[in-house]
Amino acid sequence: MKIVIVGCGKVGSSIARELNTGEHDISVVDNNRTAVTRLADSLDVLGIEGNGATYDVLAEAGVEDADLVIAATARDEVNLYACLMARAAGVPHTIARVRSPEYTDDLYRVKDQLRLSMSINPELTEAIEISRLLRFSGALEIDSFSKGAVELIKFQIPESSVLVGKRISQIDTLRGKVRVCTIERGRDVYIAMGDTVIEAGDKVSIVSKPDIATKFFKKAGISIGRCRDVILLGGGKVSFYLAQKLLKSGVNVKIIEHNAARCEELAESLHDAIIIHGDCMDQELLMSEGVDQADGVVALMDYDEENILISLYIQSVSKAKVITKVNNPSFDTIIDKLGLECVINPKTLTGEYIARYIRAMQNSMGSNVESLYRLHEDRVEALEFRAKEGSRSTETPLSELSLKDELQVICIARSGKVILPQGSDMIVPGDSVVVITKQKGLSDLDDILVKR
Amino acid sequence: MNKRLILYILGWVMIVEGAAMQVCTATSLIYREHEGLFFLITGAASALLGLLCIKVKKPKNMVLYQKAGFAATALSWIVLALIGAMPFWLSGEIPNFVDAFFETTSGFTTTGATILPHVEELSHGMLMWRSLMNWLGGMGVIVFLLALIPKLGGQQNIYLMRAESPGPIVGKAVPKMRQYAAMLYGIYIGLTLMEMILLLCGGMELFDAINTSIATAGTGGFGVRDSNIAAYDTHYFQTVIAIFMMLFGINFSFYILLIARKFKQAFKIEELWYYLGFIAVSTIIIAFNIMSIYPAGEAFHQSFFYVSSIITTTGFGIGDVNHWPMLSKAVILVLTFTGAMAGSTGGGFKISRIVLLAKEAKKEISLLVHPRNVKTVKMDGKSIDHNIMRNTSVYLVVYLGIFVFSFLFISIEGKDFLTSFTSVAATLNNTGPGLSLVGPVGNYEGMSILSKLVLIFDMLAGRLELFPIILLLSPTAWKKS
Repeated sequence: MKIVIVGCGKVGSSIARELNTGEHDISVVDNNRTAVTRLADSLDVLGIEGNGATYDVLAEAGVEDADLVIAATARDEVNLYACLMARAAGVPHTIARVRSPEYTDDLYRVKDQLRLSMSINPELTEAIEISRLLRFSGALEIDSFSKGAVELIKFQIPESSVLVGKRISQIDTLRGKVRVCTIERGRDVYIAMGDTVIEAGDKVSIVSKPDIATKFFKKAGISIGRCRDVILLGGGKVSFYLAQKLLKSGVNVKIIEHNAARCEELAESLHDAIIIHGDCMDQELLMSEGVDQADGVVALMDYDEENILISLYIQSVSKAKVITKVNNPSFDTIIDKLGLECVINPKTLTGEYIARYIRAMQNSMGSNVESLYRLHEDRVEALEFRAKEGSRSTETPLSELSLKDELQVICIARSGKVILPQGSDMIVPGDSVVVITKQKGLSDLDDILVKR
Repeated sequence: MNKRLILYILGWVMIVEGAAMQVCTATSLIYREHEGLFFLITGAASALLGLLCIKVKKPKNMVLYQKAGFAATALSWIVLALIGAMPFWLSGEIPNFVDAFFETTSGFTTTGATILPHVEELSHGMLMWRSLMNWLGGMGVIVFLLALIPKLGGQQNIYLMRAESPGPIVGKAVPKMRQYAAMLYGIYIGLTLMEMILLLCGGMELFDAINTSIATAGTGGFGVRDSNIAAYDTHYFQTVIAIFMMLFGINFSFYILLIARKFKQAFKIEELWYYLGFIAVSTIIIAFNIMSIYPAGEAFHQSFFYVSSIITTTGFGIGDVNHWPMLSKAVILVLTFTGAMAGSTGGGFKISRIVLLAKEAKKEISLLVHPRNVKTVKMDGKSIDHNIMRNTSVYLVVYLGIFVFSFLFISIEGKDFLTSFTSVAATLNNTGPGLSLVGPVGNYEGMSILSKLVLIFDMLAGRLELFPIILLLSPTAWKKS
């Protein structure tokens, strides 16, 4: 597919990086020469310097026969205008980054006039992700499949859990309603097999229906209580969106922000939240506002260092679930070692989000991946396929299929019902099938089989 | 430095060279010459060694940063020339190894300087190999690998392309490196075939037509006749060759734009007009200058052929120029230095660098008049980055430095001034023939071993645009961090 990305900032380059897998022809445009050169030199993409909202520059980037234009500059207006220009050039799909809440709310009014395929709002995406994490405070990551009917939950095994020392096959799966998918131990990731033994400290992901998962966690001795009181440190855009989401579901929200004017703004638009004007790095203030009592604390300040530091502090004084925003993904492995409970990276999230949309676009162009999740630092993919008539993998019990190594079929959704398949189950055309694999680049259900 | 990946690339280079040699084995078979055996053996050995290199120590990561990319390219070219020299040496057709090394380096770098006074004495296989080296070296083996091996496509591979492709600004016209490299080779092959067909239509023998056209394509200049192109004594052949030399001296992005039907953009390339302007002006000057020797029509013919041959650094000849008036010889010498367009198969200093430096000089002069004047240097309507300007200026300095030192070394053996001077100019610019003893009818046979080694260095440095080769010599490049 031919893709033009306007804007080579953090979001633009993370999208380019995510899409630079060899199957797409990517051009990147930015009026900052250094940014373009850096990106074009490090990836297999074409770099064009210039204003991406002008026709000539877009034409030079090959917009006339492009399939998709993604406008991801820092300015919403420029992004929308670039999309308009792309439409004028006859591009069938456009995606604009629109992050101002004022615009996001009104976007549906002009979406048709602009004929915008999709708008991305990194901050909103992040807020949605965080609110999901707060629902299961014991969870490290949650993704949903089959339109939310099944959830994939990643969590860490505490030493007190009854699961420690057990083989996967010995775990009480509540009559097959829960299934263990992957195990991350130290730097390695395994696709769970029956004889793998679980150790304390492993990061395990399971699939199940949301309500069943709660039972499973209770039995396994893992606390996953829902957060009632949440404190947000920093009052930026993410905080705003997150507070909106949390307030809607009846969570008590407290926001601490150091800028007085911003506090006023927040107080105006978030009527039910408690807005505290003060320095988030002030330990006394944090204690007096009860971080040690809260169920969840989210560090959303501008600087990664501050977020990391304050999260470590709160983890030491409180039992709250702590979520840390880290913008710069370069030091992932180091940050992992710090023992932070849950780290979230908004830019990577956006990249994944777009990659998923593009997979969906390709779905209508031959391949049939419905959604894609990257797990365990991109080392494992969970893919959702729709089984088509005549596929080699249908109508045969799973135990008789010769599946690829390090690949498992973890769930099948058939006419609204979800099956966590055993060896005797089979895939029927029309099913939505989720597989989890360490192999990358699967684009069809038949790719799960060993090539003959 | 990612040494395993460098070895991997070298391995592929050897495999490609081994495969290319089999073309010559086949040629020898057709002409029933036993020399084919040497190509078969060298080729097989080279391919085997290459396979060993890529299989035994597989690179752990395929990311090649700038330093390693430049080093890999420079080493590849040295390996190419060393292996390529084997058949000449083993078969005894060029008994001295340094001579064989000189001949192959000259072939791959598309210089076209030869140590052979009588090429017709060589077997057909060897002649084919000389021309084929010209062809492979013209567009570059690394570019070929980029098109061939999908694994090399991916991150950071622009540095490989940059190390091998000539010109101050190297980018790609399409997003994917592999596709771009394939396009370049596609155009290259297409133009070569076109010339071959035109020569065949004029009645040239098949062997001569193939060799002449692939040597033209790489702007190499190796011929299969003692008298070079003068052997094809019709204006039709010589004009076809002259025009194609000129075409191969044009930046290949021009052709890519033409194929994409972006005519406006294609003809907006500033360098193209300077290039054509240089050719037109030089042709006219020389033609009027030599009208005392030749009739008017012949003067223009001779003049255009030589201008086209020298500016593209091909180095084909259709007769002696030593008896030409001084002005004509001077113009030819100047053209040796300008070279062809960036991004073409031609060598030399490159028109675009001259244009950039001239514009920078103009800017500097206007700064004398208006000290606070703010000006940017523009090319093709786009302002040129300071980094590129700086790189171009430093290029000039390094270029002159290499030139001066090479000239000093060559002077040791005590040949006349014109021979010493033009032999360095002709090798550093990859032209081939110089003037006087090394003129179009002369050769480099009489040079001492030291001189030949210096000229080999010059040819490699000239083809790879100085920096990759200089990098190999710099100790900092081999330090671990």
